[in-house]
Amino acid sequence: MTDVVTITNLSVSFSTDAGAVTAVDGVSLRVAPGEVLAIVGESGSGKSVTAKTILGLLPETATAQGTVFLSSKDGSHKNDVLSVTGSTLRQLRGTDVSMVFQEPSTALNPVFTVGWQIMEGIRSHGKVSRADAKRKAIDILGRVGIPDPEVRVNYYPHQFSGGQKQRVVIAMALVLDPGLIVADEPTTALDVTVQAEILDLLRRCRDEFGTAIVLITHNMGVVADLADRVAVMYEGKLVEQAPAQELFSNPRHEYTRRLLAAVPHVGQGIERAALRLNAREPDWAASVPVVEARNLRIEYPGRLGRGGFTAVDGVSFAIRPGEVMGLVGESGSGKTTIGRAIAGLTRVTDGSLQVLGHEMNGFRERKFRALRSDIGFVFQDPASSFNPLLTIAECVAEPLIVHGRARTPQAARGRVNELLEAVQLPRAFGDRYPHELSGGQRQRASLARSLALEPTLLIADEPTSALDVSVQAKVLELFAELQRELGFAALFISHDLAVVDILADRIAVLYKGKLVEEGTGAEVLGAPKDPYTKRLLASLPVPDPAEQAARRKGLLPLQEAL
Amino acid sequence: MSTNITAASTDQSLPGPRRPALWTRLPIVHQLRQSMGLQRGMLVAGLIVVGVFILTAVFAPLLAPFGFSQLRDESGVFGAQLPPGGQHLLGTTVGGYDVLSRVIWGSQTAIFVIIVAVTLSLFAGVLLGLVSGYFGGWLDRVLVVVCDAVYAFPSLLLAIVMSIVISGGRSDLIGGVMAAAISITVVFIPQYFRVIRAETVRIKAEAYVESARVLGASNHRIMFRHVLRNATRTLPLIFTLNASEAVLTLAGLGFIGFGIEPTAAAEWGYDLNKSLSDVTSGIWWTSLFPGLAIVLSVLGITLVGESLNDLADPRLRGRRRVAAATSVVPGGTLTAGPAGLDGLEPAARDDLLGDARGDTAPGSADRPGFEERS
Repeated sequence: MTDVVTITNLSVSFSTDAGAVTAVDGVSLRVAPGEVLAIVGESGSGKSVTAKTILGLLPETATAQGTVFLSSKDGSHKNDVLSVTGSTLRQLRGTDVSMVFQEPSTALNPVFTVGWQIMEGIRSHGKVSRADAKRKAIDILGRVGIPDPEVRVNYYPHQFSGGQKQRVVIAMALVLDPGLIVADEPTTALDVTVQAEILDLLRRCRDEFGTAIVLITHNMGVVADLADRVAVMYEGKLVEQAPAQELFSNPRHEYTRRLLAAVPHVGQGIERAALRLNAREPDWAASVPVVEARNLRIEYPGRLGRGGFTAVDGVSFAIRPGEVMGLVGESGSGKTTIGRAIAGLTRVTDGSLQVLGHEMNGFRERKFRALRSDIGFVFQDPASSFNPLLTIAECVAEPLIVHGRARTPQAARGRVNELLEAVQLPRAFGDRYPHELSGGQRQRASLARSLALEPTLLIADEPTSALDVSVQAKVLELFAELQRELGFAALFISHDLAVVDILADRIAVLYKGKLVEEGTGAEVLGAPKDPYTKRLLASLPVPDPAEQAARRKGLLPLQEAL
Repeated sequence: MSTNITAASTDQSLPGPRRPALWTRLPIVHQLRQSMGLQRGMLVAGLIVVGVFILTAVFAPLLAPFGFSQLRDESGVFGAQLPPGGQHLLGTTVGGYDVLSRVIWGSQTAIFVIIVAVTLSLFAGVLLGLVSGYFGGWLDRVLVVVCDAVYAFPSLLLAIVMSIVISGGRSDLIGGVMAAAISITVVFIPQYFRVIRAETVRIKAEAYVESARVLGASNHRIMFRHVLRNATRTLPLIFTLNASEAVLTLAGLGFIGFGIEPTAAAEWGYDLNKSLSDVTSGIWWTSLFPGLAIVLSVLGITLVGESLNDLADPRLRGRRRVAAATSVVPGGTLTAGPAGLDGLEPAARDDLLGDARGDTAPGSADRPGFEERS
């Protein structure tokens, strides 16, 4: 049987303000019917551009060379996507190839029902009556696992949860029974437990519909879970291509090896945490906590006449001096809200939150200001956490100036240089503007800024979730090193259990605003008691196809239990 | 515009990326270098017209053959409604003034009004917008309602009311010009207010403002150091569009008789008003030239404004297409040619490569092997 898509010597260049930039350089790939090909690579590797070329979705500024031959599912016709006209291309999209986008909430039009949007796809490819199209839409919604499809076909996108929205997007992609689906980071925007369900669905797409899938992802766990064959891209070039099992057990290219080594595993940090605990002073457990929450409750006010939304509901925990507390939870679990409340950015509704001995319930900015020099905060998105008009040195000097340790950025430069060196950035980087640094470098600078006043408490809100996996590994290493040297207490917030495990002395798991489990890494990850923690742990895909297949079987009963 | 460059530190281990010369980063110059094709043509045409306009205003005393209120010279009275030619290149008006001189002097009045009006509204509007957007609450609501109310008035009507309030309808040079300028200011304040307020509300939620708040920076410091400079990006655009509107409002005021007396200053709108009756009797030169002056100055400023608007938006900005023959160069355009990586200095090149790779701490030698690939 012929391949669904054959890419030969594809090169794509973009014209930018800085001249031409080659995004994809001489890539050749092929996908057999019913096969899942994963294209992995870090940001800027050209994986998304390659995938979008298959659908002819390149922007106007792009110039593509080479050939991309796309066959229909029955093999009756074959087209070069790069040379066909607009109308043929429209005909190909949907029937021969379709796409699943990263962010399901933006891929659906909020003012139309999901049924209408699925029917739109059906009716734009040939004459189909409304009733028939609707019947098809209901059928496909049922097949992707939406309960009560007859009723929910008339729902609007906002009436679905994130995972269900992604199911609807997949239904839209499947409805014309294409031979190939291009899935661009289909699970990146979803929580880990939902990710496992969507991966199951994609696997069923292949098995039940016989659809080939091109899966674009940076997550090696997802690759191990789903892919038959893996292509590794690096700086626009294909560096390695191998069956999944072989790639994970015997990576040949240096870059692939580094990529695999950088993936965090659950259980890495348990030993280290135990060592740290043993090294503590005997009376450490009795020392006064840096942060202590008792029955903490935080509500966001609702609209007039409606009750507020409870983000944090009766949470109690304590962080002792020099201790790293990992806070894990999915989106909407209230983990960021807790971090913001400790920094005085969100008000406490009820209960008690003591930060460095200061009660945050009934918070007054004026009284708290003196304590701010003892608290550092690292934000999630390194791109937006720096004022774009100030140089890195000026940004890092900002806390020193605000708290009167230096009068001007020039006067603080000596200390700034020390800080930059502490986070392993060259001094000369201080004269650059934030956009001239890469994501990882910016996050290091952010760390330097938060440590400028030698705080006793550092709050890190998902500091690595916007970074590539190899960069993440380095930033985490740096964080651990600085924590060991400076001995600050830290609240490390993340959605990724494996990341938290590397750093944290103790781990707290939040679920829907409630603290469901708390303990050392060995307790929480080794022998989880709460069903939610168990499911969270089991949903985390591991970068090893054989082990992942076994874990998948173990996850099934947990999913059914909830 | 980031003009705040810290002095290069002396103990650099690596030189920073080459920063373009200061003059190429100035507002208009930067856009001019960035533009191409039709957009560049529009911008250049607009800049030329505006340049002529400004030069005329500056050198009016040298260019104009007569004063703006001059009715006679040593050879006697000029005479009214003389056709173009001879001593009066563009003829004389019904009041006996030289048309060419009035048109040239008029540019000075127009520029003066633009500067006063736009500067006043800029400062007032930006300050109000910043405070209103940053603090929010009842002050914000009141200011928004007031600005909406000002919007609801026809701007010319408001300008008339203001000119009566300010100068009581009298029109000497300073009084007349200030009345026109301040009345235009009142109309423009809401525009600056709205833009800056919207930007402030957006920037207030950015992580770097929150970061400053976590540090304990005062509201004053956050507002002026972090918010204000980031909120002013669209100002050059509104500035140009308002400048052209100011010319029109001034001309409109003069046309309906609230302008400046001919003895105080030359004003195109006033001249148009006085030439109304001439049009029917075939005397075209008294109305044509002041009218042309208004049209050209507004057109020039608008062209500049519109081009700046298009260039500020990456989606509207035109770019040269990638040459189709890039594949001739082995390795593609990323490394080859003066615009590629090989054309950059070694340090900048390393940074770019580091960026493309995600993150490679400079100095660490653990780059994935290029050798193995080939």
